[in-house]
Amino acid sequence: MPQLIGPLSQIPPGEGRIFVVDGVSIALFHTRSGGVYATQAYCPHRGGPLADGLIDEATLVCPLHDRIFSLASGEGIGNDCALAVYPASVLDNQIHVEVKKTHVDAD
Amino acid sequence: MAKKKLVVVGNGMAGARAVEEVLARGGADMFDITMFGAEPYGNYNRIMLSNVLCGIQDASEIYINPLDWYAENGIVLHAGSPVAEIDRASRKVRTESGLIADYDVLLIATGSRAFIPPMQGLNGPDGKIKTGVFGFRTIDDCDGIIASAKTSRKAVVIGGGLLGLEAARGLMTHGTEVHLVHLGSFLMPAQLDSESGLMLRRTMEKMGVTIHLERNTAEILGEEKVTGLRFKDGDTLDCDMVVVAAGIRPNSEIGRGAGLTVERAIVVDNHMRSVDDMNIYVVGECAQHRGQVYGLVAPLWDQAKVFADHVTGADPDAAYHGSKLATKLKVMGVELASMGITEPEHELDEVVRFSEARHGTYKKLIVREGRLVGGILMGDISKAAYLMQAFDRETPLPDERLSLLFDLGTPPQKVTLDEMPATAQVCNCNGVTKAAIGACVASGKRTPKAVMGATRAGMGCGSCKALVGEVVAWFCGGDMEEDPSVHYYVQCIPLAKPELIAAIREKGLKSVSAVFAALATDGRPDAASKPALASLLITLWNAEYEDERDARFINDRVHGNIQKDGTFSVVPEMPGGVTTPAELMRIAQVAVKYDVPLVKLTGGQRIDLVGVAKHDLPGMWADLDMPAGWAWAKSYRTCKSCIGTDYCRFGLGDSMGLAKKIEGKFRGIDSPGKLKLATAGCPRNWSVAMVEDVGAVAIGDDRWEIYVGGAAGSHIRKGDVLCTVTGEDEVVRITGRFMQWYRENAKYKERTHTFIERMGLDRARAVVVDDSDGIAAALDAAMEAATAAVRDPWLEREKPKTENQFAAPIPVEA
Repeated sequence: MPQLIGPLSQIPPGEGRIFVVDGVSIALFHTRSGGVYATQAYCPHRGGPLADGLIDEATLVCPLHDRIFSLASGEGIGNDCALAVYPASVLDNQIHVEVKKTHVDAD
Repeated sequence: MAKKKLVVVGNGMAGARAVEEVLARGGADMFDITMFGAEPYGNYNRIMLSNVLCGIQDASEIYINPLDWYAENGIVLHAGSPVAEIDRASRKVRTESGLIADYDVLLIATGSRAFIPPMQGLNGPDGKIKTGVFGFRTIDDCDGIIASAKTSRKAVVIGGGLLGLEAARGLMTHGTEVHLVHLGSFLMPAQLDSESGLMLRRTMEKMGVTIHLERNTAEILGEEKVTGLRFKDGDTLDCDMVVVAAGIRPNSEIGRGAGLTVERAIVVDNHMRSVDDMNIYVVGECAQHRGQVYGLVAPLWDQAKVFADHVTGADPDAAYHGSKLATKLKVMGVELASMGITEPEHELDEVVRFSEARHGTYKKLIVREGRLVGGILMGDISKAAYLMQAFDRETPLPDERLSLLFDLGTPPQKVTLDEMPATAQVCNCNGVTKAAIGACVASGKRTPKAVMGATRAGMGCGSCKALVGEVVAWFCGGDMEEDPSVHYYVQCIPLAKPELIAAIREKGLKSVSAVFAALATDGRPDAASKPALASLLITLWNAEYEDERDARFINDRVHGNIQKDGTFSVVPEMPGGVTTPAELMRIAQVAVKYDVPLVKLTGGQRIDLVGVAKHDLPGMWADLDMPAGWAWAKSYRTCKSCIGTDYCRFGLGDSMGLAKKIEGKFRGIDSPGKLKLATAGCPRNWSVAMVEDVGAVAIGDDRWEIYVGGAAGSHIRKGDVLCTVTGEDEVVRITGRFMQWYRENAKYKERTHTFIERMGLDRARAVVVDDSDGIAAALDAAMEAATAAVRDPWLEREKPKTENQFAAPIPVEA
């Protein structure tokens, strides 16, 4: 069941923020074109806070060591790491995310 | 035609590499591939375990083939599933867990395991290896050692070979006292001779490792857990943990069980095929070829290629002829290269030798009939590439033997690369030859990065990366410069900086998103290009710049420097390193109130409050009530000073006053790279102004020398004297003009020391001092506009610029 996160306006366009959903930290991103993506909160490489990373419409750059990941699939680009991703959507300016409990918080 | 079944027993570096080679020859269409591995992981680079132990790399970084790779290539992997037996009659393998797989072709690549010499007390009461005793062979060993080292006071490594030394080095980084016990009379007997082995011992002891030579361990003491060692002679050594690194033994039992000929390892023919069964191949450390068993990675790559050529039919005559052993390595920070034999073997063998114990330099070569048959280089391995090649190719050596050890008026690099034969190996880890790099360049890969990606050269231990780059450049000739993207300011817009500036001005683009929309390929934004564009737009538009915070790196969004744990640092402004008791007290109170874990003086003569949570930043800034120090940004950072004229007996100029003036003027100016400045009250240069981006040094009579392009970080360069001026105001004016010229012309992240060498000092003088281009007034005006537009970003504490700008993780209730 998708979980209601709250208004999209909590995340400025082009940035990310960390949310804690039922004890699980996730990084939520809001692209400039209005897309919303959810990934695990911390980089599998060295634990960088991914929500502080730079994004464009398709990718995310970890702020600590510049590892690049696909926002949609979590796949590492040019690296062997991968992120857990969660289905996210926006309805009436409210963000909904389906956080699967099977994923362990990487922190 | 139906596909054959290829079963690979062993998922280490040899097994996985052999499968890669098979796939590279179209093997996916010929075989259904199944792999069995004893360890529950994908395939990793075992050589890098020592880096994991040292904390240089994380275990996640040493995977060669993550689990996805197997799926993508249609390989069935049974990880954590060791094979127990092979039934050759019915061509089946069975795992310990009872899994059965049929094969048409079987590859055994079970590698080897840590050799644990017979000792009493090795096992605890439960019959398992005693708590606190470790091998050093797998990721699990590494994890165990790291966990145990954290609580250990004293660790002992048994074994003075390469592996033992690596283990000792790793343990040192975990803060425990380290002893190394070795059976022989000198260290690394496989690679060194007695004299160099003893030199290495001294070096290691200086680093804090206690070495015990000629000690035979008889017993591991302790009931449940290790408490010490007892040697054959009765002496004891107390310790909390033991790492056994006494060599390796091939895992050849599986072959013996199947009735294959096993001597030291499973015996193979020149096709890497068992001498008993033409459907079974063996590669890696569990294979014995012509009486040799190899424990290094380079022979394994050669064997994998021969196997793949043969089994796929790509080359039915493919044959392995043995490998010549040459290694280049770094032990405890000591550079070492070793090849072939370490002592002369024949009466006529000629020894060329140089030894300088004081510097830890040792060079010894063994020459037979004018060819190199052995060598040791320690401390200085600058000749290693040439010598290893001469050893491998058996090329005749120059008559002047001295030139083998030292560069005597060396020929330039190009000549060496010209002379390098096409078959010479550039990357020993991955077996990539000069010719292979040439073919890759010819196929259109024209940057070192692209060639490394395609050939894997430089992707093993990494020590040959620089050489790979040189060889690529050599093959490219002048062409390498034709790769235009190296000149682009950002990778997503095909324009060099001057053209990009012209386009931005012409179209009036004032935000990063506007630049992407107008100039990037397909108008597509690119995350990695954002900060560089933001920096440029600020420089071009000043107050008119349309600030989009998502275009800036996190440091510039929250005005602090991000740390490894996601916290930030707070550095208030402190021009010239001058503060007051009142400021110090405020800083101290803030550090106490916010429980700041680290208070550190910086290299820039300031105070750094480190480890601050993002949500504490605004409160701390308010309580400090000092301006931001910009210590997070690619910008003007600070201006250091010495004590100047107020108290110093030698001071010729008011360096503290000038530093304050400079900081007041230029604080917060964005720039392509950081700008660190300093002023010195006299040429004694106590504030090290000659190695800063811009430095002003007082020489008396109100005159100042201005140095530019200095550096004392990862790169060290003494700055060049741009000019000598009279009066502090003139220092500020020329400093500002130089920095503006740099801001407009440097590449992103190009520091002044690189910039000044690229532009040339004469050019800098002409433009900045002599106004050869007639732009001095424009540069001054641009700098004035820039300084006028700077605002203290810490004032955002009152009014955050974006939603949840400084928020802690935001809780969501179900």
